[in-house]
Amino acid sequence: MKPLRNLLTQKRDYYAGGLMTLIGVGAILEARHYNVGTLFHMGPGFFPIILGVVMSGLGVLIAGVAAVADAEDDDQMSYPKPEWFAWLCILAGPIFFIILGSYFGLLPATFACVFVSALGDRTSTLKGSLILATAVTVFGVGLFSYVLQVSLPMWRWG
Amino acid sequence: MVSSALTDLWYGFGIALEPHNVMWCFVGVLIGNIVGVLPGMGVLATISILLPLTFGMKPVGAILMLAGVFYGAQYGGAICSILLNLPCHPPHAVTCLDGYPMTKQGRGGVALGVTVIGSFIGASFGIMEMTFLAPILVQVALQFGPSEVCSLMLLGLLAGSTLARGSPIKGVAMTVFGLLLGIVGADIETGTPRFAFGITELDDGVEIVALALGLFGIAEFMNTVNQTAPIDTKYANVRLRDMWPSKKDFKEAFPAMIRGTFLGSLCALIPGTGPTIASFVSYAVEKKISKNPETFGHGNIRGVACPEASTHSSVQGDFIPTMSLGIPGDAVMALLLGALTIQGIVPGPQLISQHPDVFWGLIASFWIGNIMLVILNVPMIGIWVKLLTIPYRYLYPSAMFFICIGVYSTNNDMFQVGETVAIGIFGYILLQLGFHPAPILLGFVLGPRFEENFRRAMLISRGDLTVFLQRPISAFFVSMCVLLIVAQIFFRARGGKGPKVLVVPGAAE
Repeated sequence: MKPLRNLLTQKRDYYAGGLMTLIGVGAILEARHYNVGTLFHMGPGFFPIILGVVMSGLGVLIAGVAAVADAEDDDQMSYPKPEWFAWLCILAGPIFFIILGSYFGLLPATFACVFVSALGDRTSTLKGSLILATAVTVFGVGLFSYVLQVSLPMWRWG
Repeated sequence: MVSSALTDLWYGFGIALEPHNVMWCFVGVLIGNIVGVLPGMGVLATISILLPLTFGMKPVGAILMLAGVFYGAQYGGAICSILLNLPCHPPHAVTCLDGYPMTKQGRGGVALGVTVIGSFIGASFGIMEMTFLAPILVQVALQFGPSEVCSLMLLGLLAGSTLARGSPIKGVAMTVFGLLLGIVGADIETGTPRFAFGITELDDGVEIVALALGLFGIAEFMNTVNQTAPIDTKYANVRLRDMWPSKKDFKEAFPAMIRGTFLGSLCALIPGTGPTIASFVSYAVEKKISKNPETFGHGNIRGVACPEASTHSSVQGDFIPTMSLGIPGDAVMALLLGALTIQGIVPGPQLISQHPDVFWGLIASFWIGNIMLVILNVPMIGIWVKLLTIPYRYLYPSAMFFICIGVYSTNNDMFQVGETVAIGIFGYILLQLGFHPAPILLGFVLGPRFEENFRRAMLISRGDLTVFLQRPISAFFVSMCVLLIVAQIFFRARGGKGPKVLVVPGAAE
């Protein structure tokens, strides 16, 4: 089990380092288009380029440390199996909120957001989620529409 | 010096005792206490949800409330640790070690009672520390030029990212990522949009509420969903009369509280070492100096009293660098600074003289809030225990709604909601790659001021980088940075490890 674990952890750090280097290099490439200037008169591009260089270096360092050290020293991460359905539900909640909120108003947006994200938990039931969504909608719309007067209308068409 | 601090404190009480401020303080600590008790709800997410609601409030009320959430949650978090063995909030993870065994022995009430007393003592000392120390720090900090500010910020950023959780290199990477995010938007001097990629909504920069809720809301929920263990409340029926510690218990716990308070207030002075480190260090120390360390982990009352007092004294002390220097020590403080900035208050050493009502009102409200919390926690313990049993499947969907509406109402713009979702997905990837996203917020909040001061320092010195070493105070900060890095490498090479922290809901804090 142990060598396998090491392999997994190390691979994770390679990805982690790679991602950081990618961000760093991306920042440098983008900031090149701004006026860089000199150390005396710094332009808008100077600071981003410094950060980009530092970031790329850190990425290499993360991957490098993982390659040298036996990856035991990292804090213990658990590797639960992917929860694709739950993730989808959680992300779909706010997306429903955006779409329904933009075209139909706060009431349907709230209901859909809570209902859809609630389905992500394995122990939740259809009935339970419906009740929860209704309760949050009544409470939330009351609070935000009446008390706090959020500019989003409760109901609208198109 | 002392008398002027006391006069100012008296003035602060005048502000904090205004009826509406008392109300906001109460709302803050109440929400904080509830959030602290609820497993899987984070302080950061809660403060970010409340942040948009404070836009219409006066600065004093807003900051009192948001700060109240932070320290209120510490009281609630202890209940969760002691009664359920759930380390929902990182600073209280260590309290589980002795708190839960006490609960199993039927002494959970005593553990809670000692916690409340210890917390109050710790908090009181932390507040005193802030009252007297912050004005002195300000006197020093007012002399700082751009180069000193710059190197102090560098030290704050380094300490905040390397002393926190997980791998120090990854922590620094997250801080730099935060600095990069802070760049997004129009450049302050030339107005050139940077990293906006042609999206006009990004010209004003990344919204702090969207960033915080993406990282500590959505990403955290994705990480926690279906991973929570079923909650076992079979020992959790504690009543009010169980809470009074006996004379013997108190005699044993009291010195531990004092030691914890002292250690916590020391930790508060070192930038980057927040309540979590304070509680772990003080538990270790308490165990070390004990005559019978083998009883620790089996319900030793000192193992509860010491870290809890330490946590609370460090929680209050955390405000010292934030309010007096404008340098936040952790993500919660960064968020509070963000709240101040939104209110139009520039954080930094001039804050106390320009906005004495905010500063002294806040300190005075700490006392009031802590007294409220003692009152809330002792007689109402039964209600908190009931709250513990609310399942996660009801909590996070409701929170999702508050996230959406909260982010929307910052600018009345649906784009921000989408931004939050995008940040949430990226934050989850970061979590899976072993990054702790809290330093991102630190870098994000300090970034623009860091760049501004760096540019100014270079302009004054005509592009001479050695200016940071020529000026003595700046040179001191730079050498502290070097020392910090060398110490990290040294301990890593020796295989020394910081306190192990369990993977728990709310781990992003």
